[in-house]
Amino acid sequence: MFYRTAGQFKTSYAADQALYPIRQDAVLLGLVLLIAYVVLPLTANEFTFRALLVPVLIYALASLGLNILTGFAGQLSLGTGAFMGVGAYACYKLLTIFPDMNIVIALFLSGFFSAGVGVAFGLPSLRIKGFYLAIATLAAQFFLVWLFEKAGWLYNYNASGAIEVRTLDLFGLTVTGPTATPITQYYFVLVTVTVITLLTINLTRGRYGRTWKAVRDMDIAAELVGINLMRAKLTAFAVSSYIIGISGALLVFFFKGAAEPNLFDIESSFLILFIAIIGGLGSILGNFLGAILIVALPVILNVIPDAFGIPINSATFEHINDMIIGALIVTILIVEPHGLARFWAVIREKLIIWPFPH
Amino acid sequence: MEALYTVFIDPFVQMVEAPDFLLQVLWEGLVSGVLYSLIALGFVLIFKSSRIFNFAQGIMVVFAALTLVGLHENGVPAWAAVPLTLLVMYGLAFSIERVVLRPLINQPDIVLFMATIGVTLFLIGFGEFVFGGENKVMITEQLGIPVGSLEFEPFGGFLLIEEKDVTAVALAILLVVGLLTFLNKSSMGRAIRALGDDHQAALSVGISLSTIWVLVWFIAGVIALVTGIVWGARAGVSFALEVIAYKALPVLMLGGLESVSGAIIGGLAIGILEKLFEIYWGQPLLGGNTETWFAFIFALIVLLFRPQGLFGEKIIERI
Repeated sequence: MFYRTAGQFKTSYAADQALYPIRQDAVLLGLVLLIAYVVLPLTANEFTFRALLVPVLIYALASLGLNILTGFAGQLSLGTGAFMGVGAYACYKLLTIFPDMNIVIALFLSGFFSAGVGVAFGLPSLRIKGFYLAIATLAAQFFLVWLFEKAGWLYNYNASGAIEVRTLDLFGLTVTGPTATPITQYYFVLVTVTVITLLTINLTRGRYGRTWKAVRDMDIAAELVGINLMRAKLTAFAVSSYIIGISGALLVFFFKGAAEPNLFDIESSFLILFIAIIGGLGSILGNFLGAILIVALPVILNVIPDAFGIPINSATFEHINDMIIGALIVTILIVEPHGLARFWAVIREKLIIWPFPH
Repeated sequence: MEALYTVFIDPFVQMVEAPDFLLQVLWEGLVSGVLYSLIALGFVLIFKSSRIFNFAQGIMVVFAALTLVGLHENGVPAWAAVPLTLLVMYGLAFSIERVVLRPLINQPDIVLFMATIGVTLFLIGFGEFVFGGENKVMITEQLGIPVGSLEFEPFGGFLLIEEKDVTAVALAILLVVGLLTFLNKSSMGRAIRALGDDHQAALSVGISLSTIWVLVWFIAGVIALVTGIVWGARAGVSFALEVIAYKALPVLMLGGLESVSGAIIGGLAIGILEKLFEIYWGQPLLGGNTETWFAFIFALIVLLFRPQGLFGEKIIERI
């Protein structure tokens, strides 16, 4: 009823192959973009930008990267946090070595470093599979974080061992550093995320996306029909790590402002895996839904006791927080193992045939 | 040439020059290897019988140790606290099976894996909520574990062995022997192995899936308690213990996810090798703290030659 597709005729291949061939989908997407680009910047306050919107976008991007590898190409990875770190440190070093480099260029170049590291640690995927591969990617996780701590060159031999973001300008606007306004940072992150998401949607629809899905569903069968497994797996690792690297650089430059190696520890890898799985593996939309739930929930839970004036000490609260998130993850997995994206698919299905049940 | 010498010759020269120190390092490595083996054993049992990659094993160790210490702090004598803790672990196994695993039967492996991470988060929050987040001291003496140390003088040198480490090794051997006897001789143990071989076949001859799962998770809980006691006696009881779960993962890779003997041998090998590497290569050449990643890289290299681990079942793939 609300989602009636009857009467929408496609008269050209271009129309049929459009990103959103169904009009209602396109309208909905337009509304979401309108909210993200116009409504939220007009209404949100500084706290909302810093604590909610920017991290949700950045983590959604990281999850998108992981989803390409795990959801589309079927290679389970637990090294996401470290690959984010590679992107962040690469961006930092690029801006140190070339102080005049444009931040946009540095950002997109730093992705190549994490892509290279990702391919190197993806090589074992040609021999090992499943949980063995997952543990193998943990090697990347622990080794790289150790390297971030020990290699002084990476953090310019700072006494603190942390990398700190200096003030950078883009088109006359300050985008990073303590003096940047949250709204400019938000727009920068939003545009980056939009562009990469758009590219990813097209990539997963195209030749590479189909190859990855074939490998995910059954790699031997894919090999037998003539897919080059090595190329498929390694491109998945490369593209995935590229996106994850950029999200790592964004995380440090536009959200944290400074980073110590433990920002990229195993906890962050699990956080992103949570987002990808709760959101829905093999889905683009799911990353955003998952990020909203996983990143925003703790922030919102934190505000609740204050809002109701319940006196509760923060340590106890944090413990209850952990319990709630753990229980929530298990609940969502039980109710819908395919993630939040599937929820939306079910709702959409219902809307199409409403008011009839079949 | 100089560099090659420092990497390939010097460490071995040091080993030969100070054999007593080498023995000390080997012993330390062996003790931590025993603990890695124990944790890996918990993983393997659950993976064998249910194909669940149980990430919660690490937090179960912490939880068991905390329960034991917490009960004792509240006035329960040590001899009564152990059975009570076992009861709590049984309750935990039962509720995990009922609440988490049963609704998730037949889901993809990764979903079950994520569910165990959810359980981990929940247990971290729950444990901190009930017992508080601060470090606690393991009730070593009350449990009758000797705390003195033995001194030897091999090769005219000096070797210090803590009695509680000896107890740890003895306890672990006892546990492993008991476990192997149980798995191989008792009918319940046979049922567990049958379930590990083939779920459908096991179900069709009348083996109850849920009973076995509760049992297996309970055994993992018992292993967790033993690990918690011996590791807690060495390093205190805190949530930092949870990270030793990560150390068990390369052991699994090395030994194979389904192999009990693989878990034991892999654990010992990794415990000893990472200590040797840290002392003779890591600290002088790489700035130390290499123990966080050495085991993973080592297991990774081995895996490149044997994709199913040293003792894992050969992977046969069909279309």
